Amino acid sequence: MRLPRFEYIAPKTLDAALDLLAKGGEGSRLFAGGTDLMVKMGHGLAAPTMLVAVKEIEGLNGISFDPSKGLSIGAATLLVEVAEHPDVVKYYPAMAQAAKKTANPQIRNMATLAGNLCNAAPSADNAPVLVARGAEVAIAGLKGTRRLALDGFFKGPGITALAPGEIVTHILVPPPAKASGASFQWISARGKVDISAVCVGVTLRVEDDLPKDVRIVLGAVGPTPMRARGAEALIEGAGWSKELIGKAALKASEESMPITDVRASAEYRKNMVAVLTRRALEEAHARALQN
Amino acid sequence: MKQQIKLNVNGDDYELFVDPWRTLNEVLREDLNLTGTKLGCGVGDCGACTVLVDGKSVSSCLTLAVAVDNKTIVTVEGLAPSGETLHPIQTAFIEKGAIQCGFCTAGMEMSALHLLKKHPSPTEQEIREGISGHLCRCTGYNQIVEAITDASGKLKADGGGGLTS
Repeated sequence: MRLPRFEYIAPKTLDAALDLLAKGGEGSRLFAGGTDLMVKMGHGLAAPTMLVAVKEIEGLNGISFDPSKGLSIGAATLLVEVAEHPDVVKYYPAMAQAAKKTANPQIRNMATLAGNLCNAAPSADNAPVLVARGAEVAIAGLKGTRRLALDGFFKGPGITALAPGEIVTHILVPPPAKASGASFQWISARGKVDISAVCVGVTLRVEDDLPKDVRIVLGAVGPTPMRARGAEALIEGAGWSKELIGKAALKASEESMPITDVRASAEYRKNMVAVLTRRALEEAHARALQN
Repeated sequence: MKQQIKLNVNGDDYELFVDPWRTLNEVLREDLNLTGTKLGCGVGDCGACTVLVDGKSVSSCLTLAVAVDNKTIVTVEGLAPSGETLHPIQTAFIEKGAIQCGFCTAGMEMSALHLLKKHPSPTEQEIREGISGHLCRCTGYNQIVEAITDASGKLKADGGGGLTS
């Protein structure tokens, strides 16, 4: 599997990276962990002439947490770092679980969280919880910087809201609300390491015994990670009961738009959306009651 | 155009001129003749190509050689630098019958090294997670799990010295 020829440059500054992407035009690609892009290049599905490496750009490495501002994760941060960071594990356990579930140990030691999102696979394991959490992406371009809700970032399989030449510099996650909880649930054919056939992220908080700000986000059952807004509305502010959770789980299943592919049939996926949504709601609720 | 890189591989320093599109796997096997590291699937699924880069296990088939400039690499050859005295992980693999065809072994042992550095006394669950990025079509994995458990004991008995490489 010889790779096509390309140039590889590892700039030290964001400005230099933006200049390189602008000069390189359509032939240039940003290169983070490379675990998706290398496979695409090997299969002839991508043939960039210039790779611009993310990992040596100053200021894009690492994770910082501030209880009032939340979490900031630099674009060069590895999935293993997200999965094991003490503040992520403590305050964002569902995020840590999603990162830890992504691929296998070797890939997590190479691949980045930002790369998993920018690759924009409908099945991206880290997307559902982050969308549910209200995460934003910080984006830099030659014209300046902007912030965008992750909810509006995915435009289709492999397609994001990034304009040509723009770089995601950080993933920003708000601090967890009081008495809130989140959950990540998934199912795949090959146990731990396979790409999810279905994954679900849920967040909610409990106020006066009632669930509020319910977010249910489904992965791998539509062209992008998708909110199950009908299911969210059923639960929002309603009395918590097994029947209600069952109804919401079925509603989420109805809202999902899966296709049949190598990983699962559409019918199986629809059934699993209901199962995983129920489990995710129960776990997020239980966690909220503890927080 | 070729780029100059410096690598430390198994304790030896190298200065190499490599094409940017060549993988670490290719450079290790073809330029340095370190053929202990295998190439299996080429897409990061099978783990046969696993090496340590700055102490972290990675798939060398998905790693560009130019992207690991100035890094420290350990391959299976680094486990037994003399070529005579085997590393406790290797001894355990032999004793527990964790090798049959041997194609997955080099990668498995590198992940075992990475795992035992992180968790010197891993549970069976941690071992199975630690080798979850490897495929072995011969052993059914049980002997490999037993070997890593055994290696953990051997390494503790000799004071963890085998984990410094």
